[in-house]
Amino acid sequence: MIEVVNLHKSFGDALVLKGITTTFEKGKTNLIIGQSGSGKTVFMKCLLGLMNHDEGTISYDGRRWSVLSGDERRDLRQDMGMVFQGSALFDSMTVEGNVMFPLEMFTNQSRSEMEDRVNIVLNRVNLIDAHKKFPSEISGGMQKRVAIARAIVMNPKYLFCDEPNSGLDPNTAILIDNLIQEITKEFDIITVINSHDMNSVMEIGEKIIFLKNGVKEWEGTNKDIFKTDNKAITEFVYSSELFKKVRQMYINEEN
Amino acid sequence: MKYLSAIGSYAIMVREVFKKPTKWPIMRNLILKEIDELIFGSLGIIIFISVFIGGVVAIQTALNLTNPLIPKNLIGFATRQSVILEFAPTFTSIIMAGKVGSYITSSIGTMRVTEQIDALEVMGVNSLNYLVFPKIIAMLFYPFIVAIAMYVGIFGGWIANVMGNHSSSAEFVEGIKLDFISFHVTYSFIKSVVFAFIIATIPSFHGYFMKGGALDVGKASTVAFVWSSVVIIILNFILTQLLLG
Repeated sequence: MIEVVNLHKSFGDALVLKGITTTFEKGKTNLIIGQSGSGKTVFMKCLLGLMNHDEGTISYDGRRWSVLSGDERRDLRQDMGMVFQGSALFDSMTVEGNVMFPLEMFTNQSRSEMEDRVNIVLNRVNLIDAHKKFPSEISGGMQKRVAIARAIVMNPKYLFCDEPNSGLDPNTAILIDNLIQEITKEFDIITVINSHDMNSVMEIGEKIIFLKNGVKEWEGTNKDIFKTDNKAITEFVYSSELFKKVRQMYINEEN
Repeated sequence: MKYLSAIGSYAIMVREVFKKPTKWPIMRNLILKEIDELIFGSLGIIIFISVFIGGVVAIQTALNLTNPLIPKNLIGFATRQSVILEFAPTFTSIIMAGKVGSYITSSIGTMRVTEQIDALEVMGVNSLNYLVFPKIIAMLFYPFIVAIAMYVGIFGGWIANVMGNHSSSAEFVEGIKLDFISFHVTYSFIKSVVFAFIIATIPSFHGYFMKGGALDVGKASTVAFVWSSVVIIILNFILTQLLLG
């Protein structure tokens, strides 16, 4: 479990995270949602240790980030997989090279063992004939799959995804969402997704944390989101007429 | 205050570069790739510029020798001294700060903008060691370029001198040999090693810590070139005073 207690982060005078407390559980897809500027990205960067928080604690299965040494932090990071918004694939490497990179860096496996592992994860994300292609030669959706494959190749305990659907067409976005959810269940890992895609919220949001101005405004599941009377989240989630109608239909069905 | 902070950050970066080394088989490949890119990739432009600068030094020296009492072998002597002491180590370093420095800043800066450096960090890789260390090691071969620039620069001077009929080939060669102090070559190589470190690290610093988007990568490259040049010029003065003063 990832446990966050009273997390604060500021940049100069601007307080970006104001005492966030929450937990992320194993085998669940956890979504962090909120408007642009609500602190989602900063929160995720704090969870990843890419930014140091000012106050509060973050613990990964009991390992408190702030008391770990540099080497211990690097070891912990080997338990983390990350899918970046822009995929962040290494331009100079092929798809196979990108996925193999963590294995080359941190394991003593033979070349054939690494190739076998790469084949397994690339098959898992439904990428079969792209091994020798460079990131610039494949589509955005394929790049996301490669990024997911790279993130899971080391069997991480924690998977973080920063807006995995951004820039993708609706069909591909759903495929990526489903893939992340399947992987979460299959490998029994903790997945934290930063998103403002309402389809993702409704489809895979087993736990949703809604941030507003750096404060955790609401927490619940994708089912709870239909019933909540929290004004801030209903205004955010049901900002479009379509979602307002969907919500009304859901409430009518429930009644 | 801003500059002091930048110098402090630079010092911390240099320290981090040597921590938590990347696995040797991977590092070896990275070093070989950087030697190819930074050293062999620069040979063409350095040879081209050296020939012409050596030629210009010889012509200008010849044209200023109007007094018949001054021996003609001074053309070769002046060309050798100019090329070995200043042109090959310093002028070449300024060119390298532009060519290699902008490559280093833009490649690392692009990795920063596209979150590739964050990806390395999240994996637990010491990104500074992975990205900057191979460049520093590759640039240790920089004196090799300086040696070629010396040779080719003097050769260019000889061609210009002979083709322009400023003095005979024998006089020029005699001038090259005249009062030769081997420590001048050592001094030049010492300078080139120091400048190599500057050319590898200052552009890396500007690329690694850049903020913003694609436009800012270009700006960072320009700033890196300016600061590399300034530091090279200042260190050139200090090293000359220390080693020859």
